[in-house]
Amino acid sequence: MGIRLAPASIEAHFEGVTLQEPPLTLALSPAGERGQERVASMDDLESRAALAQAEIDKAETLDALEALRVGLLGKSGIVTAALKTLGSLPPEEKKARGAEVNRVKERLADALATRKAGLEQAELNRRLASETIDITLPGRDGERGGIHPITRALERIAAIFARLGYQRADGPEIEDDWHNFEALNFPPHHPARAMHDTFYFGDGRLLRTHTSPVQIRSMKGRQPPIRIIAPGKVYRSDSDQTHSPMFHQIEGLLVDETSSFADLKGTLAEFIRAFFERDFEMRFRPSYFPFTEPSAEVDIRWETKDGESRWLEVLGCGMVHPNVLANCGIDPERYTGFAFGLGVERFAMLRYGVSDLRAFFENDLRFLKQFA
Amino acid sequence: MKFSENWLRQHVPTKASRDELSATLTAIGLEVEDVAALGDSLDGVVVARIVSTQKHPEADRLQVCEVETGNGTVQIVCGAPNARAGLVAPLATVGATLPGGVAIKPAKLRGVESFGMLCSAKELGIDPDASGLLELPADAPVGTPLAAYLGLPDASIEIKLTPNRADCFSVRGIAFDVAAALGGEVLPLDAAPVSAGSAAAMEIALEAGPRVPRFTGRVIDGVDARVATPVWMAERLRRSGLRPISFLVDVTQYVMLELGQPMHAFDKDKLEGGIVVRPARAGESLQLLDGRTVELDGDFLVVADGHGGRGERAVALGGIMGGSETRVTDTTRSVFLEAAHWIPSAIIGRSRRLGMHTDAGHRFERGVDPELPPIAIEYATRLILDIAGGVAGPLLDVTLPGQVQAPQPILLRRARLVRVLGLAVADAEVLRIFTALGMKVEPLAEGWRVTAPSRRFDIEREEDLIEEVARIFGYDSIPTATPAGALVLVAEPEARIGELALREQLAAHGYFEAVNLSFVSAELLARWGFEGQGVPLANPLSADLAVMRPSLLPGLVEALRHNRARQQERVRLFEVARVFAAGNPPVETPSVAIVASGNAHAEQWGEPSRALDFFDLKGDLDALLAWGGESHRWTIHADGLPAWLHPGRGARLARDGQTAGWLGALHPQLAKALDLGPDVHVLELALEPLLARRLPKAQPVARFPSVRRDIAVEVSDEVTWSRIEQAVSGSLGELLVELRLFDRYSGKGVEVGRKSLAMGLILQDASRTLTDEDADRCVRQAIAALEQTCKAKLRG
Repeated sequence: MGIRLAPASIEAHFEGVTLQEPPLTLALSPAGERGQERVASMDDLESRAALAQAEIDKAETLDALEALRVGLLGKSGIVTAALKTLGSLPPEEKKARGAEVNRVKERLADALATRKAGLEQAELNRRLASETIDITLPGRDGERGGIHPITRALERIAAIFARLGYQRADGPEIEDDWHNFEALNFPPHHPARAMHDTFYFGDGRLLRTHTSPVQIRSMKGRQPPIRIIAPGKVYRSDSDQTHSPMFHQIEGLLVDETSSFADLKGTLAEFIRAFFERDFEMRFRPSYFPFTEPSAEVDIRWETKDGESRWLEVLGCGMVHPNVLANCGIDPERYTGFAFGLGVERFAMLRYGVSDLRAFFENDLRFLKQFA
Repeated sequence: MKFSENWLRQHVPTKASRDELSATLTAIGLEVEDVAALGDSLDGVVVARIVSTQKHPEADRLQVCEVETGNGTVQIVCGAPNARAGLVAPLATVGATLPGGVAIKPAKLRGVESFGMLCSAKELGIDPDASGLLELPADAPVGTPLAAYLGLPDASIEIKLTPNRADCFSVRGIAFDVAAALGGEVLPLDAAPVSAGSAAAMEIALEAGPRVPRFTGRVIDGVDARVATPVWMAERLRRSGLRPISFLVDVTQYVMLELGQPMHAFDKDKLEGGIVVRPARAGESLQLLDGRTVELDGDFLVVADGHGGRGERAVALGGIMGGSETRVTDTTRSVFLEAAHWIPSAIIGRSRRLGMHTDAGHRFERGVDPELPPIAIEYATRLILDIAGGVAGPLLDVTLPGQVQAPQPILLRRARLVRVLGLAVADAEVLRIFTALGMKVEPLAEGWRVTAPSRRFDIEREEDLIEEVARIFGYDSIPTATPAGALVLVAEPEARIGELALREQLAAHGYFEAVNLSFVSAELLARWGFEGQGVPLANPLSADLAVMRPSLLPGLVEALRHNRARQQERVRLFEVARVFAAGNPPVETPSVAIVASGNAHAEQWGEPSRALDFFDLKGDLDALLAWGGESHRWTIHADGLPAWLHPGRGARLARDGQTAGWLGALHPQLAKALDLGPDVHVLELALEPLLARRLPKAQPVARFPSVRRDIAVEVSDEVTWSRIEQAVSGSLGELLVELRLFDRYSGKGVEVGRKSLAMGLILQDASRTLTDEDADRCVRQAIAALEQTCKAKLRG
């Protein structure tokens, strides 16, 4: 295995060397007696070393540099040859001459190492340059879908109440009259029923008009303390720009021995602050729901884009009506409770700036992608 | 309920400003929806009379009027169509600024000078009517400031009433709440009995049982039906949202608005015989005041007279609207006034059945004070006598004994009040609130015994009283607190993946969550082969929204189509919702569905694009199943597919042998019918099996290295990978820890109808290191099993 040297460089800097097999592997050619003969004097060595030094500095490749190293410091290199000649010198000369040859040797070795490091660095730089990619090209398989803004708002709300110890509860969407109305203290023909535009199935069943029946299902057959949160779909037969026949509500219920209207106020104030991550001016307005008394609607002071502000209704709530507790087998003398309900779409619209309710149900990707 | 602010203030004098009054109404539960200020800036507007008019010399539509102002006459150029000599109308004099900001200055209109402006109601900001000049009564005193004459400024206040507050469908009802909240007092109503000036009476028979327990009336003879409704009355009606019609009608409306008792005025001379209140007969028809003829049945009540026999002719639809034949007109000379008590359950829903809505019906549906009818009759009689003259007969008051219940006293315990509100209200304040609301209060050691007035029939129990205290004391005055009580930590089952986590996982796989309405059209279901499935609604909004869906896919594929029609080729959607099946009770199954179309990956520079196929969706499914840690309990089957799946590219999925859902390409016929290509793939699964998750039970990690041996076999195309897996794992048992298919090839070098499968067997023994001989023996066993069960040939 030979290292090919560029013949020109050899000829140029090893003047006087007879190359027998040019372009030849001077470095690896068997060490000959020729070298010894050639290193006749120290001056000669110095001048050759100077030439070699210049050659080292100009070496363009690691291979060329290695060939030079062999030619200089290898077994039959000129420095090695010069060292070998020391034996023939008288002892008094030997020491001084030896030191001189070694200085030359070290100088050349340093030069070789320096040049090698330089060449290696250049080589690495070339490689790095050739491997450079356009890092601004798009990545592979980086796409992601997203959850629906209603889910997002609903889960955020449920999570806030979960931290307060409210357990998630659920009930059927196809309800019976008893759970949806009667047990919630809506007698038949009650005017409040007329306010719930109800979908019926013709067999007495109906689509739940609110998540409040989950209250009944959660309270039946168990005793307080009860803290539940019931998110889900509800239905009213009403459809226009601001009403969807299907929408999402979250019902909350707490029944305990000490719960009061003051607790209800505190809970909802905390919830609003936690959901919107800010404080709002809030007001509780007396209202009416058959299943709570006293009942309230909760408004927050909402700033509109034009810098105005107005009261915006966000929640309905109240103290659980004693009839409802009694309907569920809970003693209304021993226990009191509060309940609240909210529309998830309303919260999602406020939180994410959605202005059209219908956008939630069109499933247009250009809309959905905004919530990814 | 809309009413005039000044009218309310007349009943309950208060210094509160309009804003304070409005805020108070809302704060006590009478939510103010609108406050329309009326005639706020009418300085310089006076009552004026047009003396004469002349055509404008330069303009057809203008007239030059000579107008008497009470301070001489001025020339006014006017474009109103009703400007005419003798008309009394408002005049904005020079210097006035109208509510709209128009400053009145002397002006020249087409060369003729004008010194003021005759105004329409709209220009004065008191009514939207801009059709012409506001016509004032001929006797209106010329020169009087208009504001003083019309009782302005005023405001129309509209409140939204909750169903329990029927008593506030009247100015007086609202006044009691305002008095309690603002600390005033409701002035007494002057409804002293009018002594009879004649014996004129009507026979009244109540034959509808408890549905109509009370009927009061009075005959008034010799009235002037043509008398103009006084301006104050007409203005109050207008400001309460009603149009004045004629005095006798207006007076009944006026009393209804003021006291809350709907009334009706019959032309006494058109009634025959006595009055019978009875259920309507099936098929009976009646022409109403508004001209409509309605078909009735026994569900409705009517007031009937003796025309054609006793009680034969219906003359009014009970509690809703009077009849046309017996109504009062300009020529009426005798009036029969009616004020009856119709109970809510006899009226509720009836108007809606007829597709109508009346103020009377609305009030009776929610309930009216049963003690009110005679008071309303007396009050209306006084107004009629004073304004239209006439002679009143005696008050007729027929009551079914025992049917009108007097309010019962209710005990309010102080301790209960404190407990429910979380606040102690001072005794004196409680006493003041109840008294101001018109309740009788008897203080007791433990609290109060309270009797509500008859108009507050919504007060039935202790909680109702607590609400009254809270409402008037002010919800905003109740402190906020944090619930105490036992902390119950919710134990979330770890062996179930949360639904949110599932959604996030699907989103991470590139799917967007969709939310569709739960109802779909029967036609769409039929197209999918879901005929007769789902649960149909009895009263759907439309045929498109008629059936509770039996599958999420039809709706979800529609959403996919919606997006494809909007330049979105690559669509990946999922939905988590319930599907419905008929039953008793109906079955609701929470489900998850996925639809995907377009390329397998988003268009991209570094990889060749490829259409989505079955295995892309299956891979997503595998990832979901692996997440639950129980993939081994799931199996995939080519049989028992629904009609909407491609029979060769569809799969039935089962967990523990129970079908849990479907996966695959849409059936090409369905895809074609939906105008979709072969790239649409779908998945629908019941949620609960998918969310079941193994609770990990740690095993020691294997201490000995595994060995891998690769083999390639050739089998017939019919041999499924699952059969190969079964053969290999059956032959090796627990030594086989994994079988990896790393190549599948057919074509050159493999017989037609056959395929080559290359697989890696990962072998491991829990108790020792496997030797080469062990591994070789395993390979031989596996090959033998494959040859035997799958007719496999080992490939070189």
